[in-house]
Amino acid sequence: MALKIVKGSIDRMFDKNLQDLVRGIRNHKEDEAKYISTCIDEIKQELKQDNIAVKSNAVCKLTYLQMLGYDVSWAAFNIVEVMSSSKFTYKRIGYLAASQCFHESTDVIMLTTNQIRKDLSSPNQYDTGVALTGLSCFVTPDLARDLANDIMTLMSHTKPYIRKKAVLIMYKVFLKYPESLRPAFPRMKEKLEDPDPGVQSAAVNVICELARRNPKNYLSLAPLFFKLMTSSTNNWVLIKIIKLFGALTPLEPRLGKKLIEPLTNLIHSTSAMSLLYECVNTVIAVVWLSVLKYLGLLAMSKILKTHPKSVQSHKDLILQCLDDKDESIRLRALDLLYGMVSKKNLMEIVKKLMLHVDKAEGTTYRDELLTKIIDICSQSNYQYITNFEWYISILVELTRLEGTRHGHLIASQMLDVAIRVKAIRAFAVAQMATLLDNAHLLTGNTQHSGICEVLYAAAWICGEFSEHLEDPMATLEAMLRPKVATLPGHIQAVYVQNAAKLFSTVLCGQEGAPADSKVAQETSQLLIDRLPVFVQSDNLEVQERASCILQLVKYIQKLQQKDVEVAEEVTALFAGELNPVAPKAQKKVPVPEGLDLDAWINEPPSGSESEDEGRKTKGKAVFAREESRHTKPRYTEVDEKELAKRREVRKAEQANNPFYIKASPSSQKVRTASSPNRQLVLWMPMSDQYVKLEEERRQKNKADRKKDKKKRREKGRQRRGDSGPESEEDITPAHMVDIVTEEMPENALPINSSLTSRCITDVCDIQGNLHDGSQVVVSVIFENKCDSFIKSMEFNVMDSLNSKLQRPEGAGPHDSLTVPFHLPPGISSEARFIFSVQSIVMPQKLKGTLTFIVKDSSTHEKLDFKLHFTCTSYLITTPCYSDAYAKLLESGDLKGSSLKLEGINQPFHHLLARICFHHHFSVVERIDSCASMYSRSIQGHHVCLLVKTADQTVSIDAKCDEPGLLRNVLDEIKLTFSQC
Amino acid sequence: MMHFLLLFSRQGKLRLQKWFTPIPEREKKKIVRDMTTMVLGRKPRSCNFLHWKDLKIVYKKYASLYFCCGLDAEENELLALEVLHRYVELLDKYFGNVCELDIIFNFEKAYFILDEFLLGGEVQETSKQVVSRSIEASDMLQEVSERPRSR
Repeated sequence: MALKIVKGSIDRMFDKNLQDLVRGIRNHKEDEAKYISTCIDEIKQELKQDNIAVKSNAVCKLTYLQMLGYDVSWAAFNIVEVMSSSKFTYKRIGYLAASQCFHESTDVIMLTTNQIRKDLSSPNQYDTGVALTGLSCFVTPDLARDLANDIMTLMSHTKPYIRKKAVLIMYKVFLKYPESLRPAFPRMKEKLEDPDPGVQSAAVNVICELARRNPKNYLSLAPLFFKLMTSSTNNWVLIKIIKLFGALTPLEPRLGKKLIEPLTNLIHSTSAMSLLYECVNTVIAVVWLSVLKYLGLLAMSKILKTHPKSVQSHKDLILQCLDDKDESIRLRALDLLYGMVSKKNLMEIVKKLMLHVDKAEGTTYRDELLTKIIDICSQSNYQYITNFEWYISILVELTRLEGTRHGHLIASQMLDVAIRVKAIRAFAVAQMATLLDNAHLLTGNTQHSGICEVLYAAAWICGEFSEHLEDPMATLEAMLRPKVATLPGHIQAVYVQNAAKLFSTVLCGQEGAPADSKVAQETSQLLIDRLPVFVQSDNLEVQERASCILQLVKYIQKLQQKDVEVAEEVTALFAGELNPVAPKAQKKVPVPEGLDLDAWINEPPSGSESEDEGRKTKGKAVFAREESRHTKPRYTEVDEKELAKRREVRKAEQANNPFYIKASPSSQKVRTASSPNRQLVLWMPMSDQYVKLEEERRQKNKADRKKDKKKRREKGRQRRGDSGPESEEDITPAHMVDIVTEEMPENALPINSSLTSRCITDVCDIQGNLHDGSQVVVSVIFENKCDSFIKSMEFNVMDSLNSKLQRPEGAGPHDSLTVPFHLPPGISSEARFIFSVQSIVMPQKLKGTLTFIVKDSSTHEKLDFKLHFTCTSYLITTPCYSDAYAKLLESGDLKGSSLKLEGINQPFHHLLARICFHHHFSVVERIDSCASMYSRSIQGHHVCLLVKTADQTVSIDAKCDEPGLLRNVLDEIKLTFSQC
Repeated sequence: MMHFLLLFSRQGKLRLQKWFTPIPEREKKKIVRDMTTMVLGRKPRSCNFLHWKDLKIVYKKYASLYFCCGLDAEENELLALEVLHRYVELLDKYFGNVCELDIIFNFEKAYFILDEFLLGGEVQETSKQVVSRSIEASDMLQEVSERPRSR
């Protein structure tokens, strides 16, 4: 016997194994078929031997050949032999071959029943596992019938590894042998709540498959699945559950309503595209149309950020949404349009929007349309406008809107375009002259309506660029109509000043023909007649300008009567062209050599000054120290994104400011497509020499700065990344928002984990340190509770669209952050993580994991946890004086909401203290059993509370300018009191 | 449910096939032929999803290998992509920077890994760690039972 074994092993040494076979096939490319047929002959010989190792090797090779398309059904019996081997190595190969080669008509399958049953009950879980895996591929109705009971028993096996396989294969058994479903179902349902997530997800998979075939029978499971959906953290499982609801909802319409909230939450918070897709998919199937449209648009706006092209093709669809009855859908569609415009479609989109402006009911929506049109057109420095004449006429058309609040917006656009686009001026002036002529249409009855602001722009443009006017006299006449005196003061002032400019132009034209000296005198007379109205104006500015100009004109008239030609001198009053000047123009002028701008011109008197200085520092001591304490985090925590955001905001401001022109080199010369000579003037002309000097200076500065940066990095401080010199200069500390340090120890979050007792606890102890608008600092205390050293801790959180963990530059969005310390046994330490938060209106839960290595076992351990960002944690205790408080409430900008708490039997001051402590409010005023409280969010929302108590009932009336935030804060307050 | 998973090379050579439903041999060959011609005929940057008969075909190319699977019409295509990706990750973890040759020469290992990840066309285990742990454990078992023989 022993000899036989030895002989077998020696034989084996000369056999081909799988690797040899593969290599051989690769080496015989030309005569592959011939080579393989010799191999098959060899395999046949091997299969005849008694040695199981040789047989299993042969079967393994056959499995490979089967994949290449060779028929191996003749070896079925040998496969069963190998399957029956008691050794796992061979059994594994046998089952693999069976799962690849067997199908329902393979007759040897009948012989396997007992073998499989034996394997299923094997004490070795991997034997059982292999048998289950194999069975899943070749189960026949007979096998299903005979083994159903065994598999059902395995569903309650002690090892989750077996349980999950048994649960999954049960589905195949149900298909082949439907009678098994009824007895097995209760146990299957039980598995939905199995402690092992793998088993749970397997059960969800199976039930989802079953429910898809026959949804009616599974309606009763809806509550259980609903619970799973709202509690599960596993995207794979969530997708299946949502799919299941998609199948159930047509049968039970009430489900649809219940689903909206969790689905929208998921859509807002998930970062997984597949889950988002599934949610939207299900929403399409189950939820009614308007919600669907809204969510669809929302999803599109997300896609737009990453793939603008794909959304652009749906332009018509989105434009259709503008016709929707529902205002929120229309507003969403507007948002989308903003991102969709291009040079090609701008005019078309705006044309459509203009149609909607005409149709729109309700001024809020119309105003929204108006601002959007202007936003769309003016974005990125008029990047998409190819025809400015068209834009001016759009602006003029917009002035026909009655009762809009956005007159100044239109006005500033008119000024901006007229000043910066030289070639358009003639056209602009003509349009503005018509506007002035029809001013009565604009002002109408409502003198205080915002639209008359455009007259400000019109008057200024006509005056300043009067040389382009065709009939300056008519315009002058229009500007001096008595009705003008009813306009707001600042507009009248512009009228008066520009009437003078026009006057000079008119004189120039008239004096060209000397015969008409009389006409010129008449013009002067017109001014002398009309101006006194303005001299009597109650507006000081108007009065001053009017009287000054009136005297001037009177003097001119005198000269005219003496036949003196005055036109040239009058024109000289307004000579020179106004050019846009960039705010940083001064910096472009190099400082002449030998001039030290920091040097004192006169030495300051010494004695008194130093004393003063001393007193100042003393007085500011507290403040100064605070400053220095804040400086550090301010630099480390203002990241690139934040800066970019601020830059955007500033750009938007600049775009609306006619006297400011962007300096970035890309926009320095924006040539429009239609007319190459039409160009935005961006800089005051500067001699080439200066430009050169400036460039040299910049180069040098850049180099210096780089060196500087290096140094900083060496110090280990994290600072803003390498942005161009532009941004470096732009971001002055003045833009920074002061950091308010706020600790919130009550937000202690025990992190749920099964591992907790074993190795490590981490408690998210302080959840605050809030500062400017969009950043939250989370401090986590890690405590090592086990006896081993813990190292290589990595902290990771699944970002949602709203909240993101800030990772160092260059790290991917899913990379984990290394915790910068090791933990000896029994030690705790604190680490801080910065999150950027977009919307603070909703509370948020973020899921995360902590992986670490315990030194003794040196395996990776994992700890799942959840971070709960409550709305309260976005509030900052801010003191407020009662008069400011009253003003705030009167302003009417705040929306109200209220809350009633029953059965509170603690003293009122305790109650107030609790609200102050847990929810970061401060008491503004307290009178008996009534108190007003105030807090502010990190994004500057005001939250006001009025707390009243009587007979164990506490009522809270609250007001806030963000109703969503308020609702959530109130819910949290309610929770606080329900816990006590 | 997933009906099949195929791995094939750019030349259309099949590297791995897994059928989750019993299909006659001849039918299998036809499907493999259809899949390779269809998928290989696609332009480089085109969409990863196809319709074939009543199945959804989801494929993705990783280095020189195409991973291709056939799903029921109501399945989530993006999830299938994630399944494919997860399988690649598992292979990568097991072989360490996996390449086509790893799968050719250790094709039974590739099957064993797949069997721990998917079962009967459904995802069996969503945790990467659990999958690799059970593969390691069964490999250990194999080595233990092989060792006495080699002496």
